[in-house]
Amino acid sequence: MSLESAVTNPDVGRAAAAKPVAARIGARKLRAKLRAVLLAAIVPIGLLLLWDVMVRWTGTRLIPSPWGVALMMWDFAFGGIYDDAYSGSLPIHFWKSVQRVYGGFFLAALAGIPLGLMLGRIPLLRAMLDPTLSLLRPIPVTAWLPLSMIFFGLGPKSAVFLVFLGAFYPILLNTVFGVKSVDVRLFEAAGMLGCSGPQLFRAVVLPASLPSIFNGLRLGASFAWILIVVGEMTGVPEGLGAVIMDGRTLSRTDLVITGMIIIGVTGFVSDRLLVLLSNHFLRWSPQHHA
Amino acid sequence: MPDPSVVRETAPVILQVIGLNKVYEASNGPVEALRSVDLTVRKGEFICLLGASGCGKSTLLRIIAGFEQATQGEVAVYGRDVKGPGPDRGMVFQDYALFPWLTVRDNIGFGPSHRRVAPSEVAKLTDRFMAMVGLTAFADRYPHQLSGGMKQRVAIARVLANDADILLMDEPFGALDALTRSALQEELIEIWRTTKLTVIFVTHSVEEAVLLADRVVVMSSSPGRIDRQAEINLPRPRDVASAEFNALRREITQQLTSHVGGRRLVTATADS
Ligand SMILES: Nc1ncnc2c1ncn2[C@@H]1O[C@H](COP(=O)(O)OP(=O)(O)OP(=O)(O)O)[C@@H](O)[C@H]1O
Ligand SMILES: [Mg+2]
Repeated sequence: MSLESAVTNPDVGRAAAAKPVAARIGARKLRAKLRAVLLAAIVPIGLLLLWDVMVRWTGTRLIPSPWGVALMMWDFAFGGIYDDAYSGSLPIHFWKSVQRVYGGFFLAALAGIPLGLMLGRIPLLRAMLDPTLSLLRPIPVTAWLPLSMIFFGLGPKSAVFLVFLGAFYPILLNTVFGVKSVDVRLFEAAGMLGCSGPQLFRAVVLPASLPSIFNGLRLGASFAWILIVVGEMTGVPEGLGAVIMDGRTLSRTDLVITGMIIIGVTGFVSDRLLVLLSNHFLRWSPQHHA
Repeated sequence: MPDPSVVRETAPVILQVIGLNKVYEASNGPVEALRSVDLTVRKGEFICLLGASGCGKSTLLRIIAGFEQATQGEVAVYGRDVKGPGPDRGMVFQDYALFPWLTVRDNIGFGPSHRRVAPSEVAKLTDRFMAMVGLTAFADRYPHQLSGGMKQRVAIARVLANDADILLMDEPFGALDALTRSALQEELIEIWRTTKLTVIFVTHSVEEAVLLADRVVVMSSSPGRIDRQAEINLPRPRDVASAEFNALRREITQQLTSHVGGRRLVTATADS
């Protein structure tokens, strides 16, 4: 009798079993996340300890202890400790740098993605531009600094230009690569369904190369944060790069390290944001959905 | 169910292939894939192209689809020369070729929505063909979340929703397990009957060809050409266990193997 009811009423059994299974999966996920955070924290904490021990052991006055940097960071952000020119000035420096980084980055994406889509699809354009781009590419972006100061003057514009150049190439090259590796079958499928010509760009080329474009954007953003420091090191009064440069001339290593940490954390957060965006737009792709 | 031979004689010619030659310029010299292929298909016919691997079945189908240029000869649909791919001929690929970034619904609606059909009309069409292939419950899934059989159903519905006249299928069920394959064969016949489509179906399985086709076009290789055409006048649904079915299957199998040295192979193994 009990066997029969279990057989004829499978839904009851399933509903009862479903809840503990879901709860167990939830608990396992939480534990896995905790473990990942703990594993990731080991090395940074170890480095902090090593840094502290080394500073005490050598008795150096050139490098502050982690605690000294923490104080500086607090003062830089909120003020109230040293009350000098840098106290509480983090927001303004941070904001200027962020504006320049994203300004240059968006310009690079705006130019690089459409140009890459066309370069990948139009052989004539590729024949015209590929050699020039290949010649310009090996030149380190930092080597453009003197010229960019002549073009744009001493100031933030030349920093934005450097950021643009640095982000442009990875975005462009990854877009071209993405377009070239689109499965030809997809073009055939679109063609037989009556989609052709310029329509193909939006319907097939862009979505199919999106995984590669996102790779390019992530690379480009990381280069942007590298180049903003170079760009702000000369002739710019505000910005995280300028702060680091000032710290160097004033021999305030705590300020230098503070600037480094803030750039590192901001770069990391901005990359995470891009990953979130990429996960949203690539939810159809099993190997890109993290 | 009308007698298929009557359909063949009275229906208008939908596709005509005349004197088709195809030579591929490969890096190690030219490959003659097709030599003087002629084929006439009437509206509503179900044709199976049958032949050994490498005899040019895919090449012929891809030229009809407009994906490949013929070296010589012509292909005409309703008397008009084929110049490239077009919505009158829909292809179902063996590897599906679904758009991975579109859901089942959007894959099926792809054709109409790119031909400026009103969105409400696209939705209606999509719903109809999703129901026809039994995928309504999976409307919002992405291709990577589907089984092979479901992907192939989407691919078929995508062509149907685009209102193609000729359905071109290149070993569409080749990658599926036997159970799924036979379910899809049955569904395909059902769809073909209700939509009155013309189907050209490539396979290298004699059984599949005899099961599905009104007419089996047997091809032989080096160079690829049409060897013989066999009309299959068995009533549908066809019984693979019946004597007539097996007689036809044996006959066509013999035709096929006589061209790939099958007989010599048989005597060779008997000797050893
Ligand atoms: N793009 C190509 N370049 C050069 N040769 C090709 C090309 N495509 C096909 N061939 C050659 O043309 C001939 C016919 O190929 P095809 O793919 O049409 O055969 P098939 O009958 O579809 O074979 P299978 O059953 O294995 O799919 C083969 O000899 C093949 O090597
Ligand atoms: Mg083939």
